[in-house]
Amino acid sequence: MIAELLEQVKDPEIPVLTIADLGILRGFDVDGSKVTVTITPTYSGCPAMDMIKADIARVLEEKGFSATIRTTYSPPWTTDMISREGKAKLARIGIAPPTPVSEVRCPRCATGDPRTVSEFGSTACKALMVCPNCREPFDLFKELR
Amino acid sequence: MAALNHGDDNLVIAQRLAEWVSRGPDLETDIALGNIALDHLGVARALLGSAEEDRSEDDLAMLRSEREFTNLLICEQPNGDFAQTIARQFLFDAYQLGLWEKLSTDAGATIAGVAGKALLEARYHFRFSSSWVIRLGDGTPESRRRMEEGLVLMWRFVGEMFDQSPDLRSDWDRRVDEVMTTATLHRPADVFQRRGGREGIHTEHLGHLLAEMQWMARAYPGASW
Repeated sequence: MIAELLEQVKDPEIPVLTIADLGILRGFDVDGSKVTVTITPTYSGCPAMDMIKADIARVLEEKGFSATIRTTYSPPWTTDMISREGKAKLARIGIAPPTPVSEVRCPRCATGDPRTVSEFGSTACKALMVCPNCREPFDLFKELR
Repeated sequence: MAALNHGDDNLVIAQRLAEWVSRGPDLETDIALGNIALDHLGVARALLGSAEEDRSEDDLAMLRSEREFTNLLICEQPNGDFAQTIARQFLFDAYQLGLWEKLSTDAGATIAGVAGKALLEARYHFRFSSSWVIRLGDGTPESRRRMEEGLVLMWRFVGEMFDQSPDLRSDWDRRVDEVMTTATLHRPADVFQRRGGREGIHTEHLGHLLAEMQWMARAYPGASW
């Protein structure tokens, strides 16, 4: 029940990913109508965290639960915590899933060896690449481990 | 005190880096500096949020005066030109790399969790600042001159970084020397070392930074949106 409710909470910046896909949902405890949810940030300054907390509280409170949300930093989040399904979803919307830069392939035409335009892209968790073949710019979910 | 000290370092340097937003030399660099600022701000929030029982992260950031801030002097130095900002970031990143490595494996450190998180990000920051030190140092005569001047300016604040943890100095020296050698730069000659940040004795720049950062919270106490 609670797990299903939490499935509705998406990353506001990459709305195809649920917080479980992204690996930032660490777990939850249920005590009657009280639910304590533990999450961890992707990047320390991730501005989406406040919105994610509000969304978690909202989906739980709509069903009559009272929500407490705890943030933990340990162990630190790494991109290895993104689920296999999460990585497949990223590729489907044109974001290269986290891989060592030497193995990154263009999400559109699968050509390798893209050029790094910037290690810091449209959000804190992404880098900006350009494909040498189709010449399309694309986001790479930065590998952090 | 560790949470307050390192929280203040990260808050103040985040504010400085944020001053670059919309003014970066190109779009990618602008975004990079903004992203790095955001990482520092996130670390600052985590640390200041746990620093004191009776004051929140917002109260600590917005309602303390200059003399109550404990950040290192290097963090508050003005951005100057791009090379000066890179010099500040490079020397500070090299320090934070060693600091987070040490604190993240110190089971007794209350901030070990935050340090472990910050370490992963500090590696990214150091890669960015090092690559620019190399590009500017081993670049045109003009970029080299500016990089050298930036490093000389910031070198006055290096000694203070190791007053609390002298054990971090040798690794810092090794890291910095390696990049500077690749950049064909020389270490600035030993210059007079300014100290006092941890005791709240700051350079003239912090007061101005705080005035800009705090005015809204002070003008509209308790405001939210």
